[in-house]
Amino acid sequence: MISEALQGKRIAITGATGFVGTALVERLLRCVPGCEVTAIVRPGRRGGPEARVARDVIRNDCFDRLRQQWGDSFDATIAKRLRAVAGDVSVDGLGLDEQGRQALAEADVVIHSAATVSFDSPLDVAVEVNLLGPKRVAEAMAACGSTAHLVAVSTAYVAGSRRGDVVEAPLSQTPFATKVDWRVEAEAAQRARVSAEDESRSPGKLAGFMKQARAELGGASTPLLAERAERARADWVKDRLVELGRSRAQALGWPDAYAYTKALSERALMECAGDIAVTIVRPSIIESAMAEPFPGWIRGFRMAEPVIISYARGLLAAFPGLPEGIIDVIPVDFVVAAIISVAAKGPDRVGSPVFHVASGYRNPLRYGTLVDLVKSWFHEHPIYDSAGQPIVVPEWSFPGRGHVQRRLNRAAKALRGAERALSALPLRAKAADIAAAVEDRRSQAERALSYVELYGSYAECETIFEVSKLMGLWESLGDVDKKQFCFDPAVLDWKHYVHDVHLPSIVAHARVKTTPGKKDGAQRQDRARRAILSPERHLAAFDLENTLIASNVVESYAWLASRHLGDTDRMRLVVRLLREAPSLASLDRRDRGDFLRHFYRRYEGAPADLLRADAWELFNSLLLAKAFPAALARVRHHRRLGHRTILITGALDLVVEPLRPLFDEVVCPSLGERDGRLTGHLQSAPPTGEARALLMASYAAAEGLELSESVAYADSASDLPMLEAVGHPVAVNPETKLAALARRRGWHVEIWERQKGSRPLLPLAPRVRPGIVTQKRGAN
Amino acid sequence: MSARPGFVLEVDRSTPPTMFWHGEGFRMERLPVGSRVVYPPDATAPLADPVAEINAALDNPLGDSAPLSSLLRPGMSLAIAFDDVSLPLPPMRQPDVRQLVIEAVLDRAAAAGVDDVVLIAALALHRRMSEPELRHALGDRIYDSFAPSGRLTQHDAEDPDNLIHLGQTDLGEDVELNKAAATAELLVYVNVNLVTMDGGHKSVATGLASYRSIRHHHNTKTMVHSRSFMDKEHSELHTSNWRMGRLIRDSGVKIFQIETTLNGQSFPESFGFLYRREWEWNLRDRASFLATKGALSAVSPRLARRVMQQTRAGYTLASVQAGEVEAVHERTISNLLAHQLVQVDGQADVLTMGLPYIGPYNVNSLMNPILVACLGLGYFFNSYVGGRPLVRKGGVVIMSHPTPWEFDPVRHPSYIDFFEQVLAETTDPAELEAKFEESFATDPWYIHLYRTGHAYHGVHPFYMWYWTAHALDHLGAAIIVGGDRRAVQRLGLRSASTLDDALELASDVVGKDPSITHLHMPPLLMAEVI
Repeated sequence: MISEALQGKRIAITGATGFVGTALVERLLRCVPGCEVTAIVRPGRRGGPEARVARDVIRNDCFDRLRQQWGDSFDATIAKRLRAVAGDVSVDGLGLDEQGRQALAEADVVIHSAATVSFDSPLDVAVEVNLLGPKRVAEAMAACGSTAHLVAVSTAYVAGSRRGDVVEAPLSQTPFATKVDWRVEAEAAQRARVSAEDESRSPGKLAGFMKQARAELGGASTPLLAERAERARADWVKDRLVELGRSRAQALGWPDAYAYTKALSERALMECAGDIAVTIVRPSIIESAMAEPFPGWIRGFRMAEPVIISYARGLLAAFPGLPEGIIDVIPVDFVVAAIISVAAKGPDRVGSPVFHVASGYRNPLRYGTLVDLVKSWFHEHPIYDSAGQPIVVPEWSFPGRGHVQRRLNRAAKALRGAERALSALPLRAKAADIAAAVEDRRSQAERALSYVELYGSYAECETIFEVSKLMGLWESLGDVDKKQFCFDPAVLDWKHYVHDVHLPSIVAHARVKTTPGKKDGAQRQDRARRAILSPERHLAAFDLENTLIASNVVESYAWLASRHLGDTDRMRLVVRLLREAPSLASLDRRDRGDFLRHFYRRYEGAPADLLRADAWELFNSLLLAKAFPAALARVRHHRRLGHRTILITGALDLVVEPLRPLFDEVVCPSLGERDGRLTGHLQSAPPTGEARALLMASYAAAEGLELSESVAYADSASDLPMLEAVGHPVAVNPETKLAALARRRGWHVEIWERQKGSRPLLPLAPRVRPGIVTQKRGAN
Repeated sequence: MSARPGFVLEVDRSTPPTMFWHGEGFRMERLPVGSRVVYPPDATAPLADPVAEINAALDNPLGDSAPLSSLLRPGMSLAIAFDDVSLPLPPMRQPDVRQLVIEAVLDRAAAAGVDDVVLIAALALHRRMSEPELRHALGDRIYDSFAPSGRLTQHDAEDPDNLIHLGQTDLGEDVELNKAAATAELLVYVNVNLVTMDGGHKSVATGLASYRSIRHHHNTKTMVHSRSFMDKEHSELHTSNWRMGRLIRDSGVKIFQIETTLNGQSFPESFGFLYRREWEWNLRDRASFLATKGALSAVSPRLARRVMQQTRAGYTLASVQAGEVEAVHERTISNLLAHQLVQVDGQADVLTMGLPYIGPYNVNSLMNPILVACLGLGYFFNSYVGGRPLVRKGGVVIMSHPTPWEFDPVRHPSYIDFFEQVLAETTDPAELEAKFEESFATDPWYIHLYRTGHAYHGVHPFYMWYWTAHALDHLGAAIIVGGDRRAVQRLGLRSASTLDDALELASDVVGKDPSITHLHMPPLLMAEVI
């Protein structure tokens, strides 16, 4: 009996926070009452290994069954039987401390299930974790004098992309196995990281990253652009290493870096294991649990899930694959049962140390069948779109991978072009939504493409993993064990598994809409608005141009400048401004502060008092007419709720003067004055970009307000620092870039419109008779 | 001054279609046979020498008042208040009657050696007038000699430094006035009395008062009890103003009242079809009607609005009376009624009216839905004297106006919020008065815009709604033909796309075969149901 064989045994497990690891810990604790488990985990950022295990393992719904079964004694039992020690398979010696080494030395069985399972890990990461990890475990065991049985979890796909049966034997004894020196590969991967890092820092590349950041954020502040550019650099390095991993793997006959590093790791392990007895368990594609701890249990979104959900959402119109090919899926509880059985059995020092845990040999699931099962299920249980309409799943025609890839590539490229073109246009508000929709479509197409690139080969796989050793193990089990630790693939009823176990589970995990009826967008909007207008908020900061008023400093200038001009001069002014418009706009995009400095020079020599008086008329005849009434109402709403209101704008003080009563504080630049005339020079740096965030931070600090409890309203990506500074950012009539950002970050968006009614066409002042200044009520 | 009086036509088979005003445009409607159309009187012939009439009135005051010249002496302070841009409608071509009167007053002041003269636009809670509007009303000469030195002012009902509280009436009504006006040794008030509501004690007691004072008579209760506010004898609005007026007089404010009536020439000769009766249209009227209608419907509503707003009435002075407030006003009323009164035999089940593009509060602006309701259910509905409305209790009013969901953010900022926030919740005048009036009236932003910009006071949309209170109380239903459905719905009124549909809707309320009266305004008339 398995539980008897493992009675009193101490089992150390790496990768306990992973999909297989979690299930393994739970199964051992539940079904092998006499064993103790040591989880070797990387300590979390907060707290030690115990905290990480508590958070990432015990709290998982995998343990719900145990929690119920053990009731009040759950915590105590866990504390007694499960120990956590800090360790990291990506460093030599596993980074164990004294306590860790002792725990490892005490273990009777070590199960190594830590891996980076992502198929598109950067090459060096895959090498450190997957390739060198198992070897390091064996070495660490040897170093502390352990002679325990090491069970290493690998993957069936180490066999590489090839046709025909694969036997359960070390790769070196397998026909057609590629001969590669894992040491050379490991060193090459480490060098690749260094050279990619170096290359990413070359001036040409850095300029490219800056350009990319600017394209994404527009005229945002320097720190933000720098941050974005640095992220672009890191992404580039990662992409580079991912690409290197994939191409290296494919050059050597593996579908991806995962299978390639896993394959090399088996060699490395066998070579370095020394006296340690090693058994290798090679599962195929691990999917949700058939029965244990409960049907459908799954952790994380794995390989098939995103593909299936994308298909159900109608986003994947085609996926390559061979309808008659075998898609080798195995439920996680079968894998776990096989591992425990192997552990209980002990090492086989004579025969092959390899076990396949795969279904294709005994109970093949054809790819065509799987697609039919998925399709028919989604016909019955459709996902609903945001309008509440069921999504009809597409018909797949099983085209070749190259064909699908080319098609998706074309689509992604076209959408990228459209997105670039749209983001260059001065779109706002609802029009910017179209751009955002295009961006969505583009990212969908890219994602679809990445699925095809990553997983396509698995659907085209013509390999069959032989399981005679596994079946031998199965036959050696008694009836009780067979019942408790089932791993015979023959018992799987695929229709039942797909329809009743797997799909319901992943659809629930995907949080997609599974009921008809319109998703209440208005309700969500209301909720967001209530959060913004909650009495608990402290401060509401507003940008001016296009947030409160559909106007800008150029219009204000044109109005003020034209007020005392004759007809010819007015025309001249208009022509001049129109001629300069493109260069002004591009300067504004580049750097808002420079633009304001440059533009305000025009006020040089203007009579200050006259301008101040005119500004009131400007406000009443142009700005107020172009204001968004809902915006003005919102400012006052904040004030009524007792929030502080602050206006931060690059517009001149004399222009915003009439708006002052709306705010508790107005931050705006002003021009110097000499002998009653403006100098055209700003008296201090205009509040743009990150200066706004700093300003708000210091204002909040001085007034004892919390920015995390504050709201900011702005319209463009150049206002990002201001929006990011607060807990409740609101994008008002966002231009394309901000619309995209707001969508991605789930920021509240307000579409405020100018009042339908009077709208002045040109920002030119009505003619006035020279010498007459209209005066304020009461003032005269 | 004998002009053809107003007239009631009974529609028969040979009656041509009736012209309905429809905002900036018109509709030609065939009223059911048997309907009655109430036509205004024709305009009277212009006076030969208006200036002489004015001089005569100033020198021969009515009531207990000395001639103006004898009230003036060197070194005294003189305030001249005048009606604002809401009168007359449409604005008259220059010279405006206010200019003529004020020039005559100023001549006398100059002759008497009075240097301390201020002009005050009596805005009450209306928007400030713009420079062109002031120039239009006063003429360039007055504007240029008063404005630059700051002696041309506009009343500010929210200026704590320039208000004076004169006391409370017996009923506890506060009387708070423009200080410059109330403390001047003589206050001359220059009225344009377009309708019987204007003038009398209301000129000073409302035109130069603060919100604190005005709220006592501009409210739902008063309006429901003003049957109608055009009829001083049956108007609670006026009774309150009269109480205040007497308190003002008793507090020693010396008022020399000047009231003027106009001859009824509401439109220029080129728009003859606007004031002639349809069956009397000559070829030119027909052509100009078709051309105007075609042109207005071909251009954008914005342009149509601009064209119509630039129309200037061909008004000339019809009568002028000066002196003591009450005596002057009595004469004014009798002059107005002598010209405008049309007797109508019995109330109707349904009253139809075409609403024009202009009302008192959208001169040089646009008529938003609240102003549409106010013009129809306030002004037009109340165009009666004698205590009986043109439509019976429980009857139906059908109005024609495009009623676009549009607002002027400069002049009517609080209207926008009133429409979005208040009417969305309730259209009941008393309820919204109790719940929302104060917050709008005291909103610092509205006060700021009223004082420094060209905005109506924050409370003004409420007054517009109270103006409809009597009609809403009296009627079984109110229907707007050809309006923006959403906007009409927000007003709490019913919407119909054609007059026939509207009559069909009305039949639910007043039964089949209702009696129908059509109020053919403007030009203006005052109905008396006998």
